[in-house]
Amino acid sequence: MIVLTVAALTLREAARRRVLRALAVMTVLLLGLSTWGFHQLDAEFGGLTSGEARIAASTVLNLVMFGLSLIAALGTAFLAGPTMAGEIESGAALAMLARPIRRSSVLVGKWLGLVVFGSGFVAVAGFAQFLIVWFTMGYWPPDPVTGLALLAAQTTALLTLGLLLSTVISPMASGIVAVGLFGATWIAGVVGGIGQALDNESVARIGAVSRMLLPTDGLWRGAMNAFQDPGVLLALGPGMQGHPFMGEAPLTVAYVGWAAVWVALVLGLAALSFQRRDL
Amino acid sequence: MSATAQPGDTAAQVLGALPPTAAVWCSGLRKRYRRRTAVDDVSFTVGRGEVVGLLGPNGAGKTTVIKMLLGLVRPDAGEVLLLGRPARDPRSRAKVGYLPELFRYQPWLTAAEVLALHVRLAGVSRPVAEQSECLGLVGLADRADDRVGGFSKGMQQRLGLAVALVARPEFVVLDEPTSALDPLGRADVRDLLLSLRERGVAVLLNSHLIGEVERVCDRVVILDKGRIAAAGTLAELLGQRELRLRLDEVGVDAEALLAGAGKLTRDGDAFTLALDDTADVPDLVAELVGLGVRVHAVEPGRISLEERLLDILRTGHTEEHR
Repeated sequence: MIVLTVAALTLREAARRRVLRALAVMTVLLLGLSTWGFHQLDAEFGGLTSGEARIAASTVLNLVMFGLSLIAALGTAFLAGPTMAGEIESGAALAMLARPIRRSSVLVGKWLGLVVFGSGFVAVAGFAQFLIVWFTMGYWPPDPVTGLALLAAQTTALLTLGLLLSTVISPMASGIVAVGLFGATWIAGVVGGIGQALDNESVARIGAVSRMLLPTDGLWRGAMNAFQDPGVLLALGPGMQGHPFMGEAPLTVAYVGWAAVWVALVLGLAALSFQRRDL
Repeated sequence: MSATAQPGDTAAQVLGALPPTAAVWCSGLRKRYRRRTAVDDVSFTVGRGEVVGLLGPNGAGKTTVIKMLLGLVRPDAGEVLLLGRPARDPRSRAKVGYLPELFRYQPWLTAAEVLALHVRLAGVSRPVAEQSECLGLVGLADRADDRVGGFSKGMQQRLGLAVALVARPEFVVLDEPTSALDPLGRADVRDLLLSLRERGVAVLLNSHLIGEVERVCDRVVILDKGRIAAAGTLAELLGQRELRLRLDEVGVDAEALLAGAGKLTRDGDAFTLALDDTADVPDLVAELVGLGVRVHAVEPGRISLEERLLDILRTGHTEEHR
């Protein structure tokens, strides 16, 4: 099965390239920093009530998880670019694609390898982070599996976009554009949240529209909702609507369905664009 | 490929039933890149077991033609059958080996892993011993477990040759296979080509080294500005032999005799005679002597492929060869 062969090759590439080491260093740094931070939080604010401590832990956890999702996004987007566009540019794709294989199998194989890599990273690093919060603050998120799955879905959405871009533009540019769009959607989400808080419908629509165009921010908000203490929103009241590190509601099935369709569409588009490309 | 019958598939099935199909058959290939026509109406055939050289100046469209044969570039027009199947069907490449002009292999893999990968991609199984043997054939036996990232260009090209040969192909396409090799490596490639010919493997060879092509190829296709300038067997292309003479005291009769023997060009006392057959040269010389001509030198020669190529490219392609 060519798809599995290419997926295994992509995983091997991820393991052997420097990007893995960079990812590991950044993750260890972030986890170390968060351990120290949570420890300090616990020590400095020893007088917090248990409810307040939960809210603090939950909010800071979302903040740290955002950092983690950023690392996952950067890592996979910059892996997705070189793996396709880099091979086309260097000529490594020539010998491979002259084999009796379909280009779409190679693309889907690469995608699968990257998804496994990104999801594996999110699962391991995210779980490590949960353990840190558990040991330092005694907080365990209400729905960790759903949260991590949504975070993995966010990474998948972004790397699929990176793959599509890498079939049309250069490796570096595809990574930069993918991460740029990821950041822009996040900001649009924050702007939309502010609009919602101010009851300004047209500003609120910015977030809603951007979440449909690129579902990374929507999935991230769903993940935050799964990580945070259910009491946070009640305790802080409607004034905290639009807070960038708070998910107001769990994702609807329809939205998760749309995200899946979006990924399938973008992957299909990438396959089409790759199929038509002259090497 | 879907199982439903398509017009192309039907043609392939019909052709598949007719033994023996050519290693490659292409007709009316055309490719434009924006306003520039890279390849224009190129048609040729490489028979099974035949070694065909693709020659032409830089930018003649040789690499584009090769890429169209292998489905790497989509032709704007024209058809390609690879080992009897339409080239748009990936299965047509099952028994094809290819060394690209731009040879790069995954730098994070070892040489042995690159070969193993290509064996899997080809959908075949080859024992590890055979893969190692293939590396040995190109002189990389002791570098099998080294990462490709640390290889020199020449070593990567050798690896490329091994990749092209590892799945026991029936048709091998080599695009500038010696561009990064030292003289020893070039000799190795020549031996390799000869052994492929012996084993009945068809080869399409694009090379700037005309001597190499002349030595190993059965036929030559010459491309210029995207079109076929000439094509034929070496005997057809280089069929004319020539006789260079240095003569003195050439009278009218003697000159008429020479002009009657073949196309004559004269530069002072140097005469060049284009001949179809050199068997009569001794008689000709005897007759010249009989007419009182003093013969200083007689040098029979064959037009080299290089001269012929330059002649074709410089004079335009007025002569049609098949």
